[in-house]
Amino acid sequence: MIAFTVVGSFWLEIFLKVRVLARIKRALQAIWPIASIFIIWDAYAIKSSHWRFDKAQVLGIYGPFGIPLEEYLFFFFVPIAAIMTIEAVRTVKKDWPL
Amino acid sequence: MSYTQLAIVAVVCAVLFDLLVARTQLLKRRVFWTSYAIILSFQLLTNWWLTSRNIVMYNPATIVGLRIASAPIEDLLFGFALVLGVLTNWMRIGALEKRRQQL
Repeated sequence: MIAFTVVGSFWLEIFLKVRVLARIKRALQAIWPIASIFIIWDAYAIKSSHWRFDKAQVLGIYGPFGIPLEEYLFFFFVPIAAIMTIEAVRTVKKDWPL
Repeated sequence: MSYTQLAIVAVVCAVLFDLLVARTQLLKRRVFWTSYAIILSFQLLTNWWLTSRNIVMYNPATIVGLRIASAPIEDLLFGFALVLGVLTNWMRIGALEKRRQQL
């Protein structure tokens, strides 16, 4: 799923020159505070049994709060893909007001 | 709190962050809604993948039970809050950097 997200969005960096990876510092600054809140939510949801992951279908590597590695990657790659998407729309629609 | 309640709180927080705190006003802009429409279509695909194969499973007691593309409706609120929060922060930092360059 993460690979699909990367394939679906990272081509924008090359072909539309959205320059998100080129501005990775700004991207990380934008992502980490929001991602942190969602990771706390994730930890709470796992602890309260709101959702769970199939042990047979995750890598089995767990980070802090018993959250699977895939979840941490999710909270990096999904925001990056979202930023690439809005930058791509801005690139294509330069006349749209900001 | 249930997943439903948390998802609604997250959306309210993200909306307040965009409109009142960062004042990026993304919710009033065509560029945001166009981007969100693209992101949403991909979210429905990945949601369907993750839930129909039971990679992620939800406790029925914490959701309303309405499902779209096999995933709980709450996931769409979760995704909306995540996307709006990140994009607001991205735009906010971009505006700050621009202002700093002009000084």
